[in-house]
Amino acid sequence: MAQWGNSRMKSNKLRMLILTIALLLTGLAQAAEPLVFTDAEQEARYKHLTTELRCLVCQNQNLADSDAELAQDLRKEIYDMLQMGRTDDEIKTFMVDRYGDFVLYRPPVQGNTLALWLMPAVLLLIGALVLVVIVRKRSRLLAKQEKEKS
Amino acid sequence: MISRLLPVILFVLLGVLLAAGLRIADHKTDIPSPLIGKQVPDFSLPMLGREDELVTPGDLLGTPYLLNVWASWCVTCRVEHPFITDLAESGQVRVIGLNYRDETSDALGWLQRFGDPYEFSIADVSGRTAIDFGVYAAPESFLVNAEGRIVFKQIGAVTPEVIEEEILPRLEEMKNGAMGK
Repeated sequence: MAQWGNSRMKSNKLRMLILTIALLLTGLAQAAEPLVFTDAEQEARYKHLTTELRCLVCQNQNLADSDAELAQDLRKEIYDMLQMGRTDDEIKTFMVDRYGDFVLYRPPVQGNTLALWLMPAVLLLIGALVLVVIVRKRSRLLAKQEKEKS
Repeated sequence: MISRLLPVILFVLLGVLLAAGLRIADHKTDIPSPLIGKQVPDFSLPMLGREDELVTPGDLLGTPYLLNVWASWCVTCRVEHPFITDLAESGQVRVIGLNYRDETSDALGWLQRFGDPYEFSIADVSGRTAIDFGVYAAPESFLVNAEGRIVFKQIGAVTPEVIEEEILPRLEEMKNGAMGK
């Protein structure tokens, strides 16, 4: 009896799990746009471009992830430009001409972004220096203690 | 000595950083437009409610104007509406609307309900022209000089401060520049 109840509970759980997964997938089904690409390479470029470009409305999302109306418009624009045979650089220039460098998730290395690009290296260097100083101090202290012991 | 002062120095630096962050907090999401100083992008759009009358940038040359991007679904547009109306009624600058991604009937209803401050509005139903203008959220406003060049862009509501500090001084400059010629 107990065995039976247990297996029924298990199958209920399984059902709930399947239902949950199915419900989660409905979101995906709605988000997908029926786009037809000429080949796999074009599709890959489309995916690459929409993840490299920022959604301007919801500024911490890229164009591929965003559901904002402007993001939909811009995705369509990118798709159309790909169909017209524009290169990736041309498409990025199109976006930068209208929305500025901000639209690129990977900002170009130039005067006003130098701090942004160099800061990680500088911070790493500072961290390394601090580490060296602390290790030296400790080892000196340790050596001193060893000496005092002996 | 230095190791004792270090936390204090770091604290002060952090304080300065946070204070600077607070000061720009309201405008942190504003994106500087690359269109400033450039010609108005080309378009050919119908007037709102008069589908057979097309407007191009060439038709707007000759006098400075404020192109105000609005929509009936845009909440902040209602906030700036009285100020836009005041500016238009003062006669200091032509105010032209760009109705963005809207249903014509909704747009006309909105103007009827709140009043129509615009000389006319042009209708960008698809939002394609707005992309050329780099519009990413309504309301946005572009101040354009007589030669069709964009001299200033306001992202978000046009408030009395924006009119006083950004728009009117630039109009004054344009007038003086024209007289200087």
